[in-house]
Amino acid sequence: MRNTLTIFRRELAGYFATPLAYVFIVIFLVMAGVLTFFLGNFFERGQADLQPFFSLQPWLYLVLIPALSMRLWAEERKSGTIELFLTLPIRMTEAVIGKFLAAWCFAGIALALTFPFWITVNVLGRPDNGVILASYIGSWLMAGALFAVGACVSAMTKNQVIAFVVTAALAFVFIAAGSSVVLGMLQGWAPEWLIRAVTQMSFLGHFGAITRGVIDFRDVFYFLSIMIAFLGANAILVDLEKAE
Amino acid sequence: MLEIRHLVKHFGPLKAVDDISFAVPRGEVLGFLGPNGAGKSTTMKMITGFLAPTAGTAIVCGNDIATRPIAAKRCIGYLPEGAPAYPDMTPADFLNFIGHIRGFAGSEAKRRIARVVEMIRITEVLHQPIETLSKGFKRRVGVAQALLHDPAVLILDEPTDGLDPNQKYEMRKIITAMQPEKAIIISTHLLEEVEAVCSRAIIIAHGRILADGTPAELAERSRHHNAVRLGVVSGADAQVRAELARLPGVAAVEAVSDSEGEALMIFPDGRRPVVTNVADLARAHGWEVTALRVERGRLDDVFREITSQPPGSAPVAATA
Repeated sequence: MRNTLTIFRRELAGYFATPLAYVFIVIFLVMAGVLTFFLGNFFERGQADLQPFFSLQPWLYLVLIPALSMRLWAEERKSGTIELFLTLPIRMTEAVIGKFLAAWCFAGIALALTFPFWITVNVLGRPDNGVILASYIGSWLMAGALFAVGACVSAMTKNQVIAFVVTAALAFVFIAAGSSVVLGMLQGWAPEWLIRAVTQMSFLGHFGAITRGVIDFRDVFYFLSIMIAFLGANAILVDLEKAE
Repeated sequence: MLEIRHLVKHFGPLKAVDDISFAVPRGEVLGFLGPNGAGKSTTMKMITGFLAPTAGTAIVCGNDIATRPIAAKRCIGYLPEGAPAYPDMTPADFLNFIGHIRGFAGSEAKRRIARVVEMIRITEVLHQPIETLSKGFKRRVGVAQALLHDPAVLILDEPTDGLDPNQKYEMRKIITAMQPEKAIIISTHLLEEVEAVCSRAIIIAHGRILADGTPAELAERSRHHNAVRLGVVSGADAQVRAELARLPGVAAVEAVSDSEGEALMIFPDGRRPVVTNVADLARAHGWEVTALRVERGRLDDVFREITSQPPGSAPVAATA
């Protein structure tokens, strides 16, 4: 626990030691604004809520989260610091969780900095702040699940570009699993149960349910189990791949 | 302190380390010698728990690295190959992080960091990002990190690589100063370093131990051991060489020309001392002798001879 916290602090400080954190946050906020106000028709809808902001967020994550997660392990392997790191008296789980939590916390910071959107809708009207809070939680959970996928992919390679591309592709599959793009590819040949299973896997589906204002245990459980599964795989992969 | 038992590591079809066993007691500085790719770093990676061995294990302070990795890692200080460190961090932050992981906090951490910073002399760069440091400073930050918890076992992969001669001298002094209370392994390809700091040397090639002994014992295997270097004013004279070659116990006489000047090198049979015979002969003939020295043997000869054997040939019996 102590070690996890130490690793967490080092990693989180690491984001802010370079321009990376600032560039990321600025781009995230600008893009979120652009998507919300232009693509999301925020004003034209005439409704005081953050629905356009949240509904486009998965697509923003699709691009931005792999850019952060790609370095988690690949960079350590490339620079050789992984050898230093993993010969310290720490458990693999502490290392994996410490790194992941730092990334997830960073996502939380970026997300929290979107508070001007929340102020805006509260100035313009009387939104349901319960729904907004639920949506923020849902968005953060989804970010965590994507980071876990990204951390796992990053553990498989020392090439950060490969980590980025593979993570983005996997993120697309997870996010869009319930959409017509993915289902269209399955329909006509895949059995009914598979289509239903894939639909159930959709981040959009679970995230959408939460943004309607209901934090269902099943949706939370879904995101948490994705995180646990991929972080478990992450730990195993680091152990297997570090030698090469 | 440290016991290595039949370590084996295969990378696919390649046997990187092929059944290596040795023990390092407290007070020993073991020099790990071998050509590049001999398996030195791989062995160190297995001892420190970074790589899982294909077979065998290492026991560190009574803890098996395979079954009690955390306890074993606690008593190892390790400088990995290339002295990796987080480039964005300053040495101060980096040592703080390592100190936290090693379980030190508050004034204890401060005291320990101050001690290694003083010892390794990195005060002046303490607050510069590690990526901006020279190779020598990076290496020293890596060594400082390994010494922070005053470990009983110290494993340093090329600790003086990238250091200038003065820094090398300092680093060797530090290693020698720590020798009495630690078991130390250093890998190096500088033979002078082995002679300067190591109480024992192991030569490995193709993943196997080919020689194991004190640097002096290894040097004795050199063809130069007990050879006599003789400088004579008429040194090039064929007559002198013929007379020397006829001496009992002399195997060969060669003219050498090196940084010390020109001389004759007299190689004895079976590396037995012949210096008295040579001196007597020179006196009897009234040669004008400018230099007369008995060679102790050359580690680089031995190194070359041992490591250039093809893989699979029988290892030279260890001289304990």
